[in-house]
Amino acid sequence: MKKGVMRPGHVQIRVLDMGEAVKHYTELLGMIETDRDDQGRVYLKAWTEVDKFSLVLREADEPGCDFMGFKVVDEDTLVTLEKDLVAYGVEVEQVPAEELKDCGRRVRFTVPSGHAFELYADKKYTGKWGVSSVNPEAWPRGLQGMKAVRFDHCLFYGPELAAVYDIFVNVLGFDLAEQVLDPEGTRIAQFLTVSMKEHDIAFIHHEEKGKFHHASFFLETWEDVLRAADLISMTDTSIDIGPTRHGLTHGKTIYFFDPSGNRNEVFCGGDYFYPDHKPVTWQAEQLGKAIFYHDRVLNERFLTVLT
Amino acid sequence: MAGFQVFNRTTGDHFTCQEGQSVLKAMEQLGMKCVPVGCRGGGCGFCKIRVLEGDFECGKMSKAHAPPEAVEKGEVLACRIYPRTDLIIECVPLPEAALAKQTTTKPLR
Ligand code: FES
Ligand SMILES: [Fe+2]
Repeated sequence: MKKGVMRPGHVQIRVLDMGEAVKHYTELLGMIETDRDDQGRVYLKAWTEVDKFSLVLREADEPGCDFMGFKVVDEDTLVTLEKDLVAYGVEVEQVPAEELKDCGRRVRFTVPSGHAFELYADKKYTGKWGVSSVNPEAWPRGLQGMKAVRFDHCLFYGPELAAVYDIFVNVLGFDLAEQVLDPEGTRIAQFLTVSMKEHDIAFIHHEEKGKFHHASFFLETWEDVLRAADLISMTDTSIDIGPTRHGLTHGKTIYFFDPSGNRNEVFCGGDYFYPDHKPVTWQAEQLGKAIFYHDRVLNERFLTVLT
Repeated sequence: MAGFQVFNRTTGDHFTCQEGQSVLKAMEQLGMKCVPVGCRGGGCGFCKIRVLEGDFECGKMSKAHAPPEAVEKGEVLACRIYPRTDLIIECVPLPEAALAKQTTTKPLR
């Protein structure tokens, strides 16, 4: 049941070299740099996003993901969800407004898989980039590279999926859209949604805590995914796999790496979700096909290479 | 011929690496598989090797996978080293965490 969490709002990714990273996310993915702060972090957004930023890059000596944030409908909801998390036994941390520029206060918590998440209600509304909100044109000129449409979701690897499920579903009001079950019926992958999308966040079971698999950005068409593949070759960017289709969610996809080794995905299509939909189940025995629908075999790198 | 010779003592493979090219990229371009390939960005630790002999330059590498103590001992990430001389390298067994990953993912097949 919906509890007022609206959508993925931002992700903060650690990079080894800020210059290389900004070039990758702007010139290749086509995101727009919107600000920088005195910690040296760089803020970016995709053009259709209405808030000021969705991606924050932080230079560090180890790549990976610092946290992912979800926007909730309003401050009252934030207060309620914070209480609900605490009542559920989740430790929460207060991050004051403006810790991220032009973002309101954030409630941060870490789930048993070792990943940090945040809820927030306010961020500066800057509108879609390059188009007016009155009689808007179809798209703005001057977009670069893959012309990413929006930051879409993240996939995390870590243990204790059942406990993570309880927090996201029971406390935060996400729904389980797809899952992978092993022969004993244990859930080893969970794709969770808070919208009509097939996933807003996903987790795959993994012994080591807090690992980051990928951040994903939406494109409109399969043609755009092929064009992304061309750009990956043209720029000699490290490719992982694709273009191909997933069994899980049925999205059409390509995976590649940023210059610090963080995995990115751009994808299009995929199934949709309404709250009356029952979860789709993939059997672990079919995991090859669940992940890569065409190859139907697992790719070792896809399962084990993480930041 | 330009370039440096890289010899992998663990597998007996050798290949040429051009100036300014990473060891991992040189290996991949020749279709060889004697070092595991991951992110190619110094982030995942998959391509860890030990350099036994020779000189090289280092690009940025994740501290989690190439801490300074290890780099001192020549334990580096093949995707982030650029030879300055011929190199002799050996494979480094994957750390326990990576092995744990492999055992947990095995039953999924
Ligand atoms: S391939 Fe990932 S660190 Fe070299
Ligand atoms: Fe994805």
